[in-house]
Amino acid sequence: MQTDLIQEARRQAEICNACRYCEGYCSVFPALHRERAFSDGDITQLANLCHNCRGCYYACQYTAPHEFDLNLPRALAEVRQASWKDHAWPRGFAHLFDRSGVLMAGGLVLGFALIFALAQALRPDSGAGFYAYMSHGLMVTIFTPAFLLPLLAIAVSLRGYWRTVGGGPVRPGDIWGALRSAGRMKNLDGGHGDGCNFEDEDRFSQARRHFHQAVLYGFLLSFASTASGTVLHYAFGIEAPYGFFSLPKLLGVPGGLLLSVGCAGLAWLKLKADPELGAPAAWGGEMAFVLLLFAVAVSGLALYAATGTSAVAWLLPLHLGAVLTFFLLTPYSKMAHGFYRMAALTRDAAQNRAA
Amino acid sequence: MTAIPDSYDIAVIGGGNAALCAAITAAEAGARVLILETAPKPYRGGNSRHTRNFRCMHSGPLGPLVESYSEEEYFSDLMKVTGGKTDEHLARLAIRTSEDCLPWMEAHGVRFQPSLSGTLSLARTNAFFLGGGKGLVNAYYRTAEALGVEVLYEAAVTHLDLADDRIAQVTFTHAGEEKTVTPKSVVVASGGFQADTDWLARAWGPAARNFLIRGTPYNRGVVLSDLLDQGVEQVGDPTQCHAVAIDGRAPKFDGGIVTRLDCVPFSIVVNKEAQRFYDEGEDVWPKRYAIWGRLVAAQPDQVGYVIIDAKSLKLFMPSVFPPIEAATLPELAEKMGLPPDKLCATVDEFNAACGDPSGFHPTELDGVSTSGLTPPKTNWARPITEPPFYSYSLRTGVTFTYLGLKVDENAQCRIGDRPVTNLWAAGETMAGSILGQGYLAGFGMTIGTVFGRIAGKEAAAHAN
Repeated sequence: MQTDLIQEARRQAEICNACRYCEGYCSVFPALHRERAFSDGDITQLANLCHNCRGCYYACQYTAPHEFDLNLPRALAEVRQASWKDHAWPRGFAHLFDRSGVLMAGGLVLGFALIFALAQALRPDSGAGFYAYMSHGLMVTIFTPAFLLPLLAIAVSLRGYWRTVGGGPVRPGDIWGALRSAGRMKNLDGGHGDGCNFEDEDRFSQARRHFHQAVLYGFLLSFASTASGTVLHYAFGIEAPYGFFSLPKLLGVPGGLLLSVGCAGLAWLKLKADPELGAPAAWGGEMAFVLLLFAVAVSGLALYAATGTSAVAWLLPLHLGAVLTFFLLTPYSKMAHGFYRMAALTRDAAQNRAA
Repeated sequence: MTAIPDSYDIAVIGGGNAALCAAITAAEAGARVLILETAPKPYRGGNSRHTRNFRCMHSGPLGPLVESYSEEEYFSDLMKVTGGKTDEHLARLAIRTSEDCLPWMEAHGVRFQPSLSGTLSLARTNAFFLGGGKGLVNAYYRTAEALGVEVLYEAAVTHLDLADDRIAQVTFTHAGEEKTVTPKSVVVASGGFQADTDWLARAWGPAARNFLIRGTPYNRGVVLSDLLDQGVEQVGDPTQCHAVAIDGRAPKFDGGIVTRLDCVPFSIVVNKEAQRFYDEGEDVWPKRYAIWGRLVAAQPDQVGYVIIDAKSLKLFMPSVFPPIEAATLPELAEKMGLPPDKLCATVDEFNAACGDPSGFHPTELDGVSTSGLTPPKTNWARPITEPPFYSYSLRTGVTFTYLGLKVDENAQCRIGDRPVTNLWAAGETMAGSILGQGYLAGFGMTIGTVFGRIAGKEAAAHAN
């Protein structure tokens, strides 16, 4: 970890600890106020607990031009970003975080080209729907490792994080607490329920919270759609294409719509928000991630809409290329935040229980 | 000189809590309001940006407040700190109206939070702003601007032209130009004069040049002195200010809450000659912190040094700067610029006077005292023996000044025996009308909110 980032966050946390005015905004402050001195692990945990709602920045009487120069959302965002690189596995891939924007763009093009070429070269003789363009076997061959290997990488990373922050045995009740918090985006409600500060300086709004919820639940629905298709295929021998009144479509269509709207909303908000209150160096990668997720959602919906037309020939590689890029970069992109955030919330629930 | 073209019903001078309450109230009554705030936007809000709560009467649970807090109890708490130097009529008006203010504040964007960790003693009496005073100020600016109130930052009012019994014109500088505005009503809510070091030194004596100012550097008393010079009636002891002992390393201005030190009761405090000068354990800290500003101000160079040892370090709230640490007392003295021999002698003498410390209890008067020592330490007197040793330097930190404009129950200013027909005052600049000395936590915001709203209402009624 870059010690100067930790040291700067620690300097600011010590000022916050002497003030405490922001106690009610989010989970960061009660956690911060429990300590008198902050180890590197404490700072890393606070950083991953912070949802960058910015309430504390706009309420702070010590922001620049004041000589104390507080900008806690930024200090924690920088540590958060660095902590993901620090815990990345394999170690050699840590630097991918710095280039995730370029990698996503490149991955999209290469993934499209790869899958398009494979689909052309190995085009099946028979098959319905998109299976007419690419066999089920080929898809499984590509996507099983592309899904499982990143999950393995994330699991190793989280174990490292857990050690860094001094987490003990994991209790189901703490995971439940974390799920409840994330499920409602409690930490973006401002403590008063009016939402957070993001797109219009100190004005509280629910925009970011609601768009993020759309992304979260849209993503989960889309994932459930794919999972339900897998179950139908293997357990019941019912193969794609599925009609509208089937589980994969009933989950996938609303999921894709939510994901599209949520990503578009988050990208729009990000353009309006002050980049200096986050980690400015990560801005491009974060934006690219939102747009990639948007591409996954929109291409998926388009693919469904194009069923039976020749557009499937290029929409399918586009969608699958986007999904492939998304999966492969999950441990080294903004997507990692979801996993670390769950770990931090679980750790926080445990500490609240102990306090 | 440029006369600003727009016609305003009301000019509000100042940009803190009282000014904003006045502006919002007047705008809701249909007046066209202009706020003239001296500070640039990042520093808007005067001392309100450093506040954290609002003391509020309530007959049952109200917002974040638990149980009840009656008018009588509130008034009696006030009398205790002011030693009776209180205008009872205005004080009771402020107290009684405070209960209505809390829902009004919520309706105008202020959000509250449960009593902060470390302040449980105030959970019944004081409603804490979520995010503190700057959060409140931000919410009020949003509300005011939505009501059409215009705000000019870096607009320094230099003169109110008092013609007969009314303010005829307001002169201010803005964007490098001198400008004038001729509103029908004027509300002054621009605080005291504590940030004008020369004035403070004239009032208090040259020692005041070594004082630190806990709040805004923009409360220089320009409008206050301009009005007093023209004969507007004044109130409050002109030589006095409210001051506490804060970390000596705090910035000259705007250090705010984080520079406070709560460690005095567990320490000995010496001056630059390494001599003790007052009973550090006289009472619990919330009841004593306000006298230490004066005690330190009376010492050579207006500095004091808190000395504690390892066993006391975690008994008080952390503050912004870590203490200076040393393995031995002579080393600590060296680091603090104190004479080592004298410090060791003072600590030895104190330690020898300590009795049995087994009854030590950090949060109540424990009676663990010294014997045969002058001055004594009457509570929490434990020998300073356990390394490492720690020290903080102390300086006098000024919170506010008492000199102000005398107002009546309509927040209206007076000249001679008659009111100034279109001039009202609210907040710190008239708080001397109620607080003759001392201070009660959260009462400044009560005065500002109550009299800000009254001033806004009266000013709008006059203009309409």
